[in-house]
Amino acid sequence: MIEHTLLHISGITKRFPGVLANDRVGFSIAPGEIHALVGENGAGKSTLVKIIYGVMHPDAGEMHFGGAPYAPARPSEARAHGVGMVFQHFSLFESLSVAENVALGMNKEAVGENLDQQIIEVSESYGLPLDPTRLIGSLSVGERQRVEIVRCLLQNPRLLIMDEPTSVLTPQEVEILFKTLRQLSSEGCSILYISHKLDEIRVLCDRATVLRGGKVVGECDPTRETARSIAEMMIGGALELPEPQKPDLGEERLTVTGLSKESDDPFGVNLDKISFAVRAGEILGVAGVAGNGQVELMEVLIGEVLSDNDTIKIDGMAVGHTNPTQRRERGMCSVPEERLGHGAVPDMSLWENTILSARSHKGMENNGILDLGVAQGFGREIVDEFDVKAAGIASVASSLSGGNLQKFIVGREILQTPTILIILQPTWGVDAAAAADIHRSLQDLAKGGAAILVISQDLDELMLISTNFAVISEGKLSDPLPTGSISIEEIGLLMGGVHSSAGKEVA
Amino acid sequence: MYRLEPRKEISYLLLYLTPVFAIVLTILAGLVLFTLIGKPPLQAISIIFFEPLGDLYAVSEMLVKATPLILIAIGLSFGFRAGVWNIGAEGQFVAGAIAGGSVALGLYEVEGFWVLPLMCLAGILGGMAWAAIPAFLRTRFNANEILVSLMLTYVAILILSLLVHGPLMDPDGMNFPESRIFHDAAVVPILIEGTRAHVGFLAALVAVAAAWFVLSRHIFGFQTKVMGSSPRAARFGGFIENKIIWKCLMLSGGLAGLAGLIETAGPVGQLVPSLPVGYGFTAIIVVFLGRLNPVGILLAGFVMALTYIGGETAQIELNLPKAVTGVFQGMFLFFLLGIDVFTKYRLRHIKPSKTVAGE
Amino acid sequence: MDLTILILQGIIVAATPLVFAAIGELVVERAGVLNLGIEGMMILGAIAGFAVTYDTGSFLAGVIAAAFAGAIAALLFGVLTQVLMANQVATGLALTIFGLGIAALWGQAYSGASTDALDAIHIYLLSDIPIIGPLLFSHDPLVYLSIILVVGVSWFLNKTRAGLILRAVGDNHDAAHAIGYSVVGVRMMALIFGGMCAGIGGAYLSLVQTPLWVENMTAGRGWIALAIVVFAAWRPGWALLGAYLFGGVTVIQLHIQGFGVDIDAQLLSMLPYIVTIVVLVVISRDKIRAKLNAPACLGKPFFGSS
Repeated sequence: MIEHTLLHISGITKRFPGVLANDRVGFSIAPGEIHALVGENGAGKSTLVKIIYGVMHPDAGEMHFGGAPYAPARPSEARAHGVGMVFQHFSLFESLSVAENVALGMNKEAVGENLDQQIIEVSESYGLPLDPTRLIGSLSVGERQRVEIVRCLLQNPRLLIMDEPTSVLTPQEVEILFKTLRQLSSEGCSILYISHKLDEIRVLCDRATVLRGGKVVGECDPTRETARSIAEMMIGGALELPEPQKPDLGEERLTVTGLSKESDDPFGVNLDKISFAVRAGEILGVAGVAGNGQVELMEVLIGEVLSDNDTIKIDGMAVGHTNPTQRRERGMCSVPEERLGHGAVPDMSLWENTILSARSHKGMENNGILDLGVAQGFGREIVDEFDVKAAGIASVASSLSGGNLQKFIVGREILQTPTILIILQPTWGVDAAAAADIHRSLQDLAKGGAAILVISQDLDELMLISTNFAVISEGKLSDPLPTGSISIEEIGLLMGGVHSSAGKEVA
Repeated sequence: MYRLEPRKEISYLLLYLTPVFAIVLTILAGLVLFTLIGKPPLQAISIIFFEPLGDLYAVSEMLVKATPLILIAIGLSFGFRAGVWNIGAEGQFVAGAIAGGSVALGLYEVEGFWVLPLMCLAGILGGMAWAAIPAFLRTRFNANEILVSLMLTYVAILILSLLVHGPLMDPDGMNFPESRIFHDAAVVPILIEGTRAHVGFLAALVAVAAAWFVLSRHIFGFQTKVMGSSPRAARFGGFIENKIIWKCLMLSGGLAGLAGLIETAGPVGQLVPSLPVGYGFTAIIVVFLGRLNPVGILLAGFVMALTYIGGETAQIELNLPKAVTGVFQGMFLFFLLGIDVFTKYRLRHIKPSKTVAGE
Repeated sequence: MDLTILILQGIIVAATPLVFAAIGELVVERAGVLNLGIEGMMILGAIAGFAVTYDTGSFLAGVIAAAFAGAIAALLFGVLTQVLMANQVATGLALTIFGLGIAALWGQAYSGASTDALDAIHIYLLSDIPIIGPLLFSHDPLVYLSIILVVGVSWFLNKTRAGLILRAVGDNHDAAHAIGYSVVGVRMMALIFGGMCAGIGGAYLSLVQTPLWVENMTAGRGWIALAIVVFAAWRPGWALLGAYLFGGVTVIQLHIQGFGVDIDAQLLSMLPYIVTIVVLVVISRDKIRAKLNAPACLGKPFFGSS
């Protein structure tokens, strides 16, 4: 059995304060196999691959690689064995060049004389062209992933670990990546593919191990399963989806015309003549690959960054020069992408965090004097209504799990009954049941006459809840179209920067 | 092996105990230090830390030294919370002394209850004006306020020296670089008869109470906390960074200026080049030792004042240099910062990994 | 002509301690650490260098002692900020206050004492060339060492793998940790190097510039070195230029009165500090460029979970 196994792990256990991230996990991978590791956020996938790659060390359990005991003390040992890894949050250095980044990720002995030439050769032979002299900061997210992959390929890996690789790619880029992975597999390289996107796994992988709550709960041949059956294995129950809605739309609440803004960040995205409107009752979904101006758009819309006064209007009133507090007073609320450090202050309690964005709506501030009782009451209300699991409203924000903190922040904004809500990645890191709850409360809010802008990288989510749909790419926004009138292929083209009408003229 | 692990919630017990541990560790380190340099360790520690507590004169001197420390530290604490590092309080202290002292000299022999309040106002404005330079350069040109405020300290001290060598020199002072001695209406009244303790200390107490209120009940206190912890969340909350920077620097500059004026019109009684004795720098330690908390700063101000008086006594009795005060102050801060980690992290014993070692 | 050469030589002497301190801090900051304690490490170097030279009569021993003292101080800073995750700004200030205190305590026995200045090395034949000879080839060994150090640091940062790793740690410590580099280890090494440089810079003050011990003799040079690093946009060659610029301002300020210009001494003494502020403003003005140049992780705390 050992001969047909490249990597065999058994009994891997890893404990963090308060969580058992991996509980006696075991499985094996054959040479040339594409093996999926599936599970919800927090199921323990990332911890497990970090153990295999030597970034973390297990508390118990053993691993064998190529038949021999394997316990990498650090990533360089894993690499010396022929294990490569592409991280979900890239381990790249923005101010360094592609070649320097590649060199840093390789063991010293493996860096050849003519690295630039090697990078060009390998990247082209796998259909992932790269210029070794460019700075990482100037690359798109898709190109950055190529750097990570090429870095691994240069070391002739026997096992390539990929952590959620497609969340940052357009559908077309996903196709290219899959071709590369299949080519690698046919050359005998095994791939450990981590994802929670079930359709991809069914197309790409030979076998799948399902994790839930740190434990292996099943192993299957994904080609023989339906997405629904794997999903239910992942969640451990039946899945309930919100009903699609066809609401009546009212007046324009948020109107954006010809919005352009140069980014302050040297590696940021410049917004380029963005125009759209969101009506009362409408949920406008904005799709796009990460790093195409989503965060910049949100910052300008909510007033963290100012723009020309007339470019943004709330209920017909120009607000481009007003600050976030003034826009909130006009009924605009927002949920940023980063929870800790943007949507919430990590070392402040939950009730103190309500003061951050709800102080004027909820009457917590009077001539600068704070009414702490009101803040505590509102904090309690959020925790109750949105089922936030926390020790109490005095718990600091950073002590909550990502999903619970997201529920708290979404709750804080929705319970202010905004007339306009701008929300980024509403369900990132949230479990399926809570995600459905958040989707439902967004739809209820819209039904009540609010205009909602949802910016997300999760196409399925947008298809599910939005009434209209647009794509952001390199700081340009496509014309919004009714959801359902547009195919996934078209969306993919838009995400890759091919614009239908307005975009082309300005390009 | 042992490893640090983040705590789920900050340990408030430890938060308030760390300054006490820091003081104990500093005393222990002091014993070692004095043994090393061949001074009687127990006697030296006793002179520095305990003897001043024994008599009224020393206690009143503690009030004198604690007043500027507390005033300056209260002002700095808001900026330090917000991540606005005004390191130049010493310069603002001098600027306040120059501005307020000039008013006193300009109104020389003018009697009136309003002379002293006018001097205080001038002192506050002088400190604010000096702090306005780093505030302007930071908000307008993005220049680092640490370096600018610090450089301005050297400049302010040189201006003071220039003035008492020239325009503000006492005409009857036989060319000594000193101003006239302030007349009675321009001197801070004495609080405890027969000592140098003056009513400026009451101003420090008012500052402590006001700071406590602002910190716990006012939006400005909240803003500084948010900005220091996560600037992006502050922007999300609609707090304008530049306004907070200005407010923090004006507050710390104003209070440092007031402290400078009180020192000049109180214990010193005239403008002299040796006016700045490092209160502006020691106040930084007071802020940290007091955990950025107004009541903590009040206590820490006394502890630091103690090291000044103890240092002076040690200088006389044991022939130690004045700098021994700085050594103790630096050690305080080191120990405090070093054990501070345990309020946010806990030390955990990790069992060695059971996995088989690599090939 | 002789006066000009004298002034230029004076500039080199004034600039050299700044070159040492700035190049050390530059390496530290490229690794992502902000050590505000340069002033403290310099003064420790000054007293250690002076005391050991005075007691042993050996300049070499003095310089080594100075480097050692700076390194110990930097190690203390490193343990506090890297292992115990203390605030870097506060720890740097503590180091400065502590260093000034310890140095004064140690120096009490040496106040008023003086040593002979370090002899210049006259490079055979070359130093006899008029003008160029005295300017370029007749300095004490530390001047040459400072230049070699700048060239060496430049080569290290841009041409070696270790330098690449150091820059990577300063750019993104989380990524560096994920790939498997020891962030704390790299930063400790950088800090120790920075401490040694600051220590030697301090020793230059007490052994060459004014060969005697005076309390607080660094007089803010540690802070000026910090400004020079910003001025240099974290590039070694520019740090050298910056140090010579500041050295120039200091020396010319001393000579202005000699030229018969009637300005108060205090106003002239302000010049280096005001120039520092002006230079800072000019360099920092462009926010985007400032962001691009500065190491992205500068001053940020790192906690590596494993």
